[in-house]
Amino acid sequence: MSTRHVLLGLLAAGPCHGYDLKRQYDARFPQARPLAYGQVYTTLQRLVRDGLAAVDGTDSDGGPERTLYRSTAEGAHELDRWAGEITAPAPFVTNEIFAKVVVSILVAAVPVQPGQDGQKPDAAAHLRAQRAAHMERMRELTALKTAPGADLSTVLSADYALVHLDADVRWMTTTAARIDTLTAEVNGT
Amino acid sequence: MNARDEEPAPGAGALISARGLRKSYGKAEALRGASLDLHEGEILAVTGPSGSGKSTLLHCLSGITRPDDGVVTYGKESLGLLPEQRLGELRRSEFGVVFQFGQLIPELTALDNVALPLLLAGTRRGPAHREAGEWLERFGARGQAGVRPGEMSGGQSQRVALARALVTGPRAVFADEPTGALDSLAGEQVMTALVHTARETGTAVLLITHDAQTAAYADREVWLRDGAVHSASAGVLAREAVRHEG
Repeated sequence: MSTRHVLLGLLAAGPCHGYDLKRQYDARFPQARPLAYGQVYTTLQRLVRDGLAAVDGTDSDGGPERTLYRSTAEGAHELDRWAGEITAPAPFVTNEIFAKVVVSILVAAVPVQPGQDGQKPDAAAHLRAQRAAHMERMRELTALKTAPGADLSTVLSADYALVHLDADVRWMTTTAARIDTLTAEVNGT
Repeated sequence: MNARDEEPAPGAGALISARGLRKSYGKAEALRGASLDLHEGEILAVTGPSGSGKSTLLHCLSGITRPDDGVVTYGKESLGLLPEQRLGELRRSEFGVVFQFGQLIPELTALDNVALPLLLAGTRRGPAHREAGEWLERFGARGQAGVRPGEMSGGQSQRVALARALVTGPRAVFADEPTGALDSLAGEQVMTALVHTARETGTAVLLITHDAQTAAYADREVWLRDGAVHSASAGVLAREAVRHEG
Protein backbone atom coordinates (compact mmCIF):
# COMPACT_ATOMS: atom_id res chain seq x y z
CA MET A 1 0.00 0.00 0.00
CA SER A 2 1.38 3.46 -0.88
CA THR A 3 1.45 5.15 2.54
CA ARG A 4 2.38 8.43 0.93
CA HIS A 5 -0.73 8.51 -1.25
CA VAL A 6 -3.03 7.37 1.53
CA LEU A 7 -1.75 10.17 3.82
CA LEU A 8 -2.17 12.64 0.97
CA GLY A 9 -5.73 11.36 0.59
CA LEU A 10 -6.45 11.87 4.29
CA LEU A 11 -5.06 15.44 4.01
CA ALA A 12 -7.54 16.16 1.20
CA ALA A 13 -10.24 16.62 3.83
CA GLY A 14 -8.33 19.56 5.37
CA PRO A 15 -5.19 20.37 7.39
CA CYS A 16 -4.21 17.78 9.94
CA HIS A 17 -1.24 16.90 12.13
CA GLY A 18 0.75 13.66 12.12
CA TYR A 19 -0.81 12.19 15.23
CA ASP A 20 -4.36 12.49 13.89
CA LEU A 21 -3.29 11.16 10.49
CA LYS A 22 -1.91 8.01 12.10
CA ARG A 23 -5.12 7.52 14.06
CA GLN A 24 -7.28 7.97 10.97
CA TYR A 25 -5.08 5.61 8.96
CA ASP A 26 -5.33 2.85 11.56
CA ALA A 27 -9.11 3.29 11.78
CA ARG A 28 -9.64 3.22 7.99
CA PHE A 29 -7.44 0.16 7.42
CA PRO A 30 -8.12 -1.87 10.54
CA GLN A 31 -6.24 -5.05 9.66
CA ALA A 32 -3.29 -3.42 7.91
CA ARG A 33 0.15 -3.34 9.47
CA PRO A 34 -0.18 -0.43 11.94
CA LEU A 35 1.59 2.71 10.81
CA ALA A 36 4.54 3.77 12.99
CA TYR A 37 4.59 7.44 14.11
CA GLY A 38 8.11 7.75 12.77
CA GLN A 39 6.95 6.68 9.34
CA VAL A 40 4.14 9.23 9.36
CA TYR A 41 6.54 12.08 10.06
CA THR A 42 9.16 10.94 7.53
CA THR A 43 6.46 10.55 4.89
CA LEU A 44 5.01 14.00 5.64
CA GLN A 45 8.47 15.58 5.38
CA ARG A 46 9.01 13.93 2.00
CA LEU A 47 5.61 15.12 0.77
CA VAL A 48 6.62 18.68 1.77
CA ARG A 49 10.02 18.30 0.09
CA ASP A 50 8.32 17.18 -3.15
CA GLY A 51 5.82 20.05 -3.02
CA LEU A 52 2.79 17.75 -2.60
CA ALA A 53 2.05 18.97 0.93
CA ALA A 54 2.90 22.12 2.88
CA VAL A 55 3.18 23.14 6.51
CA ASP A 56 -0.01 24.96 7.54
CA GLY A 57 1.10 26.44 10.84
CA THR A 58 1.04 24.93 14.28
CA ASP A 59 -1.61 24.09 16.80
CA SER A 60 -0.94 23.48 20.47
CA ASP A 61 -4.41 22.83 21.87
CA GLY A 62 -3.14 23.23 25.42
CA GLY A 63 -0.45 20.55 24.94
CA PRO A 64 2.84 20.46 23.08
CA GLU A 65 2.99 22.33 19.80
CA ARG A 66 2.11 20.25 16.75
CA THR A 67 2.75 20.97 13.09
CA LEU A 68 -0.28 21.07 10.83
CA TYR A 69 0.05 19.87 7.24
CA ARG A 70 -2.14 20.54 4.23
CA SER A 71 -2.27 19.19 0.69
CA THR A 72 -1.13 21.42 -2.21
CA ALA A 73 -2.63 21.75 -5.72
CA GLU A 74 0.23 19.61 -6.96
CA GLY A 75 -0.60 17.07 -4.25
CA ALA A 76 -4.25 16.95 -5.34
CA HIS A 77 -3.11 16.37 -8.92
CA GLU A 78 -0.74 13.55 -7.89
CA LEU A 79 -3.48 11.95 -5.79
CA ASP A 80 -5.85 12.04 -8.73
CA ARG A 81 -3.27 10.34 -10.95
CA TRP A 82 -2.55 7.61 -8.39
CA ALA A 83 -6.21 6.86 -7.60
CA GLY A 84 -7.02 6.36 -11.28
CA GLU A 85 -3.99 4.21 -12.02
CA ILE A 86 -4.77 0.52 -12.55
CA THR A 87 -2.98 -1.75 -10.07
CA ALA A 88 -0.85 -4.25 -12.00
CA PRO A 89 -2.57 -7.66 -11.66
CA ALA A 90 0.20 -9.84 -10.20
CA PRO A 91 2.90 -9.27 -12.85
CA PHE A 92 5.12 -11.90 -11.19
CA VAL A 93 4.03 -15.03 -9.37
CA THR A 94 5.57 -14.85 -5.92
CA ASN A 95 4.71 -17.99 -4.04
CA GLU A 96 6.96 -18.85 -1.13
CA ILE A 97 5.04 -22.05 -0.41
CA PHE A 98 5.74 -23.32 -3.93
CA ALA A 99 9.42 -22.42 -3.54
CA LYS A 100 9.57 -24.48 -0.32
CA VAL A 101 7.80 -27.43 -1.95
CA VAL A 102 10.18 -27.49 -4.92
CA VAL A 103 13.27 -27.06 -2.73
CA SER A 104 12.05 -29.83 -0.40
CA ILE A 105 11.68 -32.18 -3.36
CA LEU A 106 15.16 -31.29 -4.64
CA VAL A 107 16.81 -31.76 -1.22
CA ALA A 108 14.93 -35.02 -0.57
CA ALA A 109 16.37 -36.46 -3.79
CA VAL A 110 19.99 -35.88 -2.73
CA PRO A 111 21.52 -39.02 -1.11
CA VAL A 112 22.33 -38.62 2.60
CA GLN A 113 26.04 -37.92 3.08
CA PRO A 114 28.03 -39.59 5.88
CA GLY A 115 27.81 -37.43 9.00
CA GLN A 116 24.40 -36.00 8.13
CA ASP A 117 21.48 -36.93 10.36
CA GLY A 118 19.31 -38.08 7.49
CA GLN A 119 16.48 -35.63 8.22
CA LYS A 120 14.84 -34.63 4.97
CA PRO A 121 12.21 -32.04 4.31
CA ASP A 122 8.89 -33.62 3.40
CA ALA A 123 6.94 -31.54 0.88
CA ALA A 124 3.59 -33.27 1.54
CA ALA A 125 3.87 -32.93 5.33
CA HIS A 126 4.87 -29.31 4.88
CA LEU A 127 1.77 -28.61 2.78
CA ARG A 128 -0.45 -30.16 5.47
CA ALA A 129 1.17 -28.14 8.25
CA GLN A 130 0.95 -24.95 6.18
CA ARG A 131 -2.72 -25.63 5.50
CA ALA A 132 -3.36 -26.00 9.24
CA ALA A 133 -1.63 -22.67 9.87
CA HIS A 134 -3.73 -21.02 7.13
CA MET A 135 -6.92 -22.43 8.64
CA GLU A 136 -5.95 -21.14 12.08
CA ARG A 137 -5.55 -17.62 10.69
CA MET A 138 -8.80 -17.93 8.72
CA ARG A 139 -10.64 -18.85 11.93
CA GLU A 140 -9.19 -15.76 13.65
CA LEU A 141 -10.27 -13.49 10.81
CA THR A 142 -13.74 -15.05 10.65
CA ALA A 143 -14.19 -14.53 14.40
CA LEU A 144 -13.10 -10.91 13.97
CA LYS A 145 -15.54 -10.13 11.17
CA THR A 146 -18.52 -11.93 12.74
CA ALA A 147 -18.04 -10.39 16.20
CA PRO A 148 -21.12 -8.36 17.16
CA GLY A 149 -20.63 -4.71 16.21
CA ALA A 150 -17.77 -5.29 13.75
CA ASP A 151 -17.69 -2.29 11.39
CA LEU A 152 -17.75 -2.68 7.61
CA SER A 153 -14.08 -1.64 7.24
CA THR A 154 -13.11 -4.54 9.50
CA VAL A 155 -15.42 -6.94 7.65
CA LEU A 156 -14.07 -5.93 4.24
CA SER A 157 -10.44 -6.06 5.38
CA ALA A 158 -10.97 -9.52 6.85
CA ASP A 159 -12.80 -10.64 3.69
CA TYR A 160 -9.87 -9.55 1.54
CA ALA A 161 -7.45 -11.60 3.62
CA LEU A 162 -9.87 -14.56 3.79
CA VAL A 163 -10.35 -14.89 0.03
CA HIS A 164 -6.59 -14.69 -0.51
CA LEU A 165 -5.89 -17.31 2.16
CA ASP A 166 -8.67 -19.44 0.67
CA ALA A 167 -6.95 -19.22 -2.72
CA ASP A 168 -3.72 -20.45 -1.08
CA VAL A 169 -5.59 -23.33 0.58
CA ARG A 170 -7.15 -24.38 -2.73
CA TRP A 171 -3.78 -24.23 -4.41
CA MET A 172 -2.21 -26.29 -1.60
CA THR A 173 -4.98 -28.89 -1.87
CA THR A 174 -4.49 -29.44 -5.60
CA THR A 175 -0.70 -29.36 -5.21
CA ALA A 176 -0.83 -31.98 -2.44
CA ALA A 177 -2.99 -34.18 -4.66
CA ARG A 178 -0.41 -33.93 -7.47
CA ILE A 179 2.76 -34.08 -5.38
CA ASP A 180 3.96 -37.38 -6.89
CA THR A 181 3.75 -36.05 -10.44
CA LEU A 182 5.50 -32.84 -9.37
CA THR A 183 8.25 -34.84 -7.64
CA ALA A 184 8.85 -36.86 -10.81
CA GLU A 185 8.96 -33.69 -12.90
CA VAL A 186 11.32 -31.81 -10.57
CA ASN A 187 13.65 -34.80 -10.35
CA GLY A 188 13.48 -35.32 -14.11
CA THR A 189 12.44 -38.95 -13.81
CA MET B 1 -1.41 -48.14 9.09
CA ASN B 2 -4.51 -49.52 10.71
CA ALA B 3 -6.49 -46.53 11.89
CA ARG B 4 -8.38 -48.52 14.52
CA ASP B 5 -5.27 -49.64 16.38
CA GLU B 6 -4.35 -46.05 17.14
CA GLU B 7 -7.75 -44.84 18.22
CA PRO B 8 -8.29 -43.98 21.86
CA ALA B 9 -11.45 -45.03 23.67
CA PRO B 10 -14.52 -42.85 23.09
CA GLY B 11 -13.50 -39.38 24.21
CA ALA B 12 -14.38 -38.21 27.69
CA GLY B 13 -16.77 -35.29 27.46
CA ALA B 14 -17.63 -36.08 23.86
CA LEU B 15 -21.28 -35.65 22.94
CA ILE B 16 -20.98 -38.00 19.98
CA SER B 17 -18.08 -40.40 19.46
CA ALA B 18 -17.37 -42.45 16.37
CA ARG B 19 -14.76 -45.21 16.35
CA GLY B 20 -13.54 -47.18 13.36
CA LEU B 21 -16.51 -46.53 11.08
CA ARG B 22 -16.63 -48.52 7.87
CA LYS B 23 -19.26 -48.21 5.20
CA SER B 24 -19.35 -49.49 1.64
CA TYR B 25 -21.81 -48.95 -1.15
CA GLY B 26 -21.37 -52.02 -3.31
CA LYS B 27 -17.64 -52.23 -3.95
CA ALA B 28 -17.02 -48.56 -3.18
CA GLU B 29 -15.67 -48.02 0.33
CA ALA B 30 -16.92 -44.65 1.55
CA LEU B 31 -15.54 -44.94 5.09
CA ARG B 32 -12.47 -46.97 6.05
CA GLY B 33 -12.07 -46.74 9.79
CA ALA B 34 -13.16 -43.15 10.43
CA SER B 35 -13.10 -41.94 14.05
CA LEU B 36 -13.90 -38.59 15.60
CA ASP B 37 -15.40 -36.90 18.66
CA LEU B 38 -17.93 -34.11 18.56
CA HIS B 39 -17.81 -32.30 21.89
CA GLU B 40 -20.65 -30.62 23.70
CA GLY B 41 -21.30 -27.16 22.21
CA GLU B 42 -18.39 -27.15 19.76
CA ILE B 43 -18.51 -26.31 16.09
CA LEU B 44 -16.47 -28.88 14.19
CA ALA B 45 -15.74 -28.66 10.48
CA VAL B 46 -15.18 -31.85 8.51
CA THR B 47 -13.45 -31.01 5.25
CA GLY B 48 -12.01 -33.06 2.45
CA PRO B 49 -12.24 -33.51 -1.31
CA SER B 50 -15.34 -34.80 -3.11
CA GLY B 51 -15.78 -38.51 -2.56
CA SER B 52 -13.75 -38.57 0.64
CA GLY B 53 -16.74 -39.88 2.61
CA LYS B 54 -17.88 -36.64 4.30
CA SER B 55 -21.60 -37.09 3.73
CA THR B 56 -21.51 -40.79 4.62
CA LEU B 57 -19.81 -39.87 7.89
CA LEU B 58 -22.57 -37.36 8.65
CA HIS B 59 -25.23 -39.93 7.86
CA CYS B 60 -23.63 -42.47 10.23
CA LEU B 61 -23.15 -39.95 13.06
CA SER B 62 -26.70 -38.67 12.86
CA GLY B 63 -28.28 -42.12 12.78
CA ILE B 64 -29.57 -41.75 9.21
CA THR B 65 -27.39 -44.68 8.06
CA ARG B 66 -26.00 -47.62 10.01
CA PRO B 67 -22.26 -48.25 9.42
CA ASP B 68 -21.12 -51.74 8.31
CA ASP B 69 -18.62 -51.77 11.16
CA GLY B 70 -17.56 -49.48 14.00
CA VAL B 71 -19.42 -47.76 16.80
CA VAL B 72 -21.21 -44.43 17.20
CA THR B 73 -22.00 -43.47 20.77
CA TYR B 74 -24.30 -40.67 21.84
CA GLY B 75 -24.05 -40.16 25.58
CA LYS B 76 -24.37 -43.69 26.92
CA GLU B 77 -26.28 -45.02 23.93
CA SER B 78 -24.70 -46.89 21.06
CA LEU B 79 -26.62 -45.89 17.92
CA GLY B 80 -26.00 -49.28 16.30
CA LEU B 81 -27.83 -51.09 19.12
CA LEU B 82 -30.85 -48.79 19.22
CA PRO B 83 -34.20 -49.91 17.83
CA GLU B 84 -35.45 -47.94 14.83
CA GLN B 85 -38.07 -46.20 16.99
CA ARG B 86 -35.50 -44.72 19.41
CA LEU B 87 -33.30 -43.67 16.46
CA GLY B 88 -36.30 -41.90 14.99
CA GLU B 89 -36.84 -40.09 18.29
CA LEU B 90 -33.21 -38.96 18.39
CA ARG B 91 -33.38 -37.70 14.82
CA ARG B 92 -36.57 -35.79 15.55
CA SER B 93 -35.71 -34.16 18.86
CA GLU B 94 -32.01 -34.43 19.79
CA PHE B 95 -30.42 -33.98 16.36
CA GLY B 96 -31.10 -31.37 13.69
CA VAL B 97 -30.04 -31.81 10.09
CA VAL B 98 -29.50 -29.25 7.31
CA PHE B 99 -28.58 -30.21 3.76
CA GLN B 100 -27.14 -28.28 0.82
CA PHE B 101 -30.61 -27.75 -0.54
CA GLY B 102 -32.97 -27.04 2.36
CA GLN B 103 -35.19 -30.02 1.57
CA LEU B 104 -38.16 -28.13 2.93
CA ILE B 105 -41.56 -29.61 2.19
CA PRO B 106 -42.73 -27.68 -0.90
CA GLU B 107 -46.47 -27.80 -0.07
CA LEU B 108 -46.00 -26.24 3.38
CA THR B 109 -45.35 -22.60 4.26
CA ALA B 110 -42.09 -21.69 6.00
CA LEU B 111 -43.94 -21.48 9.32
CA ASP B 112 -45.47 -24.95 8.87
CA ASN B 113 -42.10 -26.38 7.79
CA VAL B 114 -40.45 -25.08 10.96
CA ALA B 115 -43.35 -26.18 13.18
CA LEU B 116 -43.38 -29.70 11.74
CA PRO B 117 -40.73 -31.30 14.01
CA LEU B 118 -42.60 -29.95 17.06
CA LEU B 119 -45.94 -31.27 15.79
CA LEU B 120 -44.35 -34.68 15.15
CA ALA B 121 -43.03 -34.66 18.72
CA GLY B 122 -46.56 -34.07 20.00
CA THR B 123 -46.61 -30.29 20.61
CA ARG B 124 -50.02 -28.72 20.00
CA ARG B 125 -50.55 -26.59 16.93
CA GLY B 126 -50.79 -23.18 18.65
CA PRO B 127 -47.62 -23.42 20.74
CA ALA B 128 -45.76 -25.11 17.84
CA HIS B 129 -46.58 -22.19 15.54
CA ARG B 130 -45.59 -19.63 18.17
CA GLU B 131 -42.26 -21.37 18.71
CA ALA B 132 -41.69 -21.72 14.95
CA GLY B 133 -42.38 -17.99 14.49
CA GLU B 134 -39.78 -17.12 17.11
CA TRP B 135 -37.19 -19.28 15.37
CA LEU B 136 -37.92 -17.71 11.99
CA GLU B 137 -37.44 -14.33 13.67
CA ARG B 138 -34.08 -15.43 15.06
CA PHE B 139 -32.88 -16.32 11.59
CA GLY B 140 -34.22 -13.13 10.05
CA ALA B 141 -36.88 -15.03 8.10
CA ARG B 142 -40.06 -13.86 9.87
CA GLY B 143 -41.17 -12.21 6.64
CA GLN B 144 -41.20 -15.61 4.92
CA ALA B 145 -43.59 -17.20 7.45
CA GLY B 146 -46.47 -17.55 4.97
CA VAL B 147 -44.30 -18.21 1.92
CA ARG B 148 -43.82 -21.64 0.32
CA PRO B 149 -40.27 -22.87 -0.44
CA GLY B 150 -40.68 -22.47 -4.22
CA GLU B 151 -41.04 -18.70 -3.80
CA MET B 152 -37.98 -18.20 -1.59
CA SER B 153 -34.37 -17.40 -2.55
CA GLY B 154 -31.69 -19.98 -1.74
CA GLY B 155 -30.49 -17.97 1.26
CA GLN B 156 -34.02 -17.56 2.65
CA SER B 157 -34.82 -21.22 2.32
CA GLN B 158 -31.54 -22.20 4.06
CA ARG B 159 -32.39 -19.90 6.96
CA VAL B 160 -35.80 -21.54 7.23
CA ALA B 161 -34.08 -24.95 7.14
CA LEU B 162 -31.80 -23.83 9.99
CA ALA B 163 -34.81 -22.68 12.01
CA ARG B 164 -36.40 -26.09 11.41
CA ALA B 165 -33.20 -27.88 12.48
CA LEU B 166 -32.98 -25.91 15.73
CA VAL B 167 -36.64 -25.58 16.69
CA THR B 168 -36.67 -28.68 18.89
CA GLY B 169 -33.63 -27.51 20.89
CA PRO B 170 -31.35 -30.30 19.65
CA ARG B 171 -27.98 -30.97 21.26
CA ALA B 172 -26.31 -31.44 17.88
CA VAL B 173 -26.92 -30.03 14.42
CA PHE B 174 -25.50 -31.78 11.37
CA ALA B 175 -25.01 -29.44 8.43
CA ASP B 176 -24.01 -30.92 5.07
CA GLU B 177 -22.66 -28.19 2.78
CA PRO B 178 -25.28 -25.73 4.09
CA THR B 179 -23.89 -22.90 1.94
CA GLY B 180 -22.96 -25.02 -1.06
CA ALA B 181 -25.69 -23.62 -3.28
CA LEU B 182 -25.44 -19.98 -2.13
CA ASP B 183 -23.44 -16.98 -3.33
CA SER B 184 -20.79 -15.72 -0.94
CA LEU B 185 -22.85 -13.00 0.77
CA ALA B 186 -25.89 -15.25 1.32
CA GLY B 187 -23.54 -18.00 2.49
CA GLU B 188 -21.96 -15.62 4.97
CA GLN B 189 -25.35 -14.64 6.40
CA VAL B 190 -26.40 -18.28 6.78
CA MET B 191 -23.12 -19.24 8.49
CA THR B 192 -23.18 -16.22 10.81
CA ALA B 193 -26.77 -17.03 11.82
CA LEU B 194 -25.92 -20.70 12.40
CA VAL B 195 -22.77 -20.02 14.43
CA HIS B 196 -24.31 -17.27 16.59
CA THR B 197 -27.36 -19.37 17.39
CA ALA B 198 -25.35 -22.50 18.12
CA ARG B 199 -23.16 -20.55 20.54
CA GLU B 200 -26.15 -18.95 22.26
CA THR B 201 -27.94 -22.25 22.72
CA GLY B 202 -24.83 -24.39 23.35
CA THR B 203 -25.70 -26.65 20.42
CA ALA B 204 -22.85 -28.68 18.91
CA VAL B 205 -22.51 -28.38 15.14
CA LEU B 206 -20.90 -30.84 12.77
CA LEU B 207 -20.28 -28.88 9.61
CA ILE B 208 -19.45 -30.72 6.40
CA THR B 209 -17.82 -28.54 3.78
CA HIS B 210 -15.21 -28.62 1.04
CA ASP B 211 -14.76 -24.87 1.36
CA ALA B 212 -12.04 -23.41 3.62
CA GLN B 213 -13.91 -20.12 4.12
CA THR B 214 -16.92 -22.00 5.49
CA ALA B 215 -14.72 -24.27 7.60
CA ALA B 216 -13.18 -21.16 9.18
CA TYR B 217 -16.46 -20.54 11.05
CA ALA B 218 -15.76 -23.67 13.11
CA ASP B 219 -13.72 -24.00 16.32
CA ARG B 220 -11.61 -26.75 14.80
CA GLU B 221 -11.30 -28.82 11.68
CA VAL B 222 -10.69 -32.44 10.85
CA TRP B 223 -9.78 -33.61 7.41
CA LEU B 224 -11.28 -36.64 5.74
CA ARG B 225 -9.18 -38.43 3.15
CA ASP B 226 -10.00 -41.80 1.59
CA GLY B 227 -12.62 -42.50 4.23
CA ALA B 228 -10.42 -41.86 7.29
CA VAL B 229 -10.14 -38.84 9.56
CA HIS B 230 -6.93 -36.85 9.81
CA SER B 231 -6.59 -34.24 12.49
CA ALA B 232 -5.71 -30.87 11.09
CA SER B 233 -4.21 -29.19 14.11
CA ALA B 234 -0.78 -27.75 13.44
CA GLY B 235 0.81 -29.44 16.47
CA VAL B 236 -0.32 -32.89 15.47
CA LEU B 237 0.82 -32.31 11.91
CA ALA B 238 4.25 -31.18 13.03
CA ARG B 239 4.63 -34.35 15.13
CA GLU B 240 3.37 -36.44 12.26
CA ALA B 241 5.95 -34.83 10.01
CA VAL B 242 8.76 -35.61 12.46
CA ARG B 243 7.61 -39.23 12.80
CA HIS B 244 7.39 -39.51 9.04
CA GLU B 245 10.87 -38.14 8.57
CA GLY B 246 12.49 -40.04 11.46
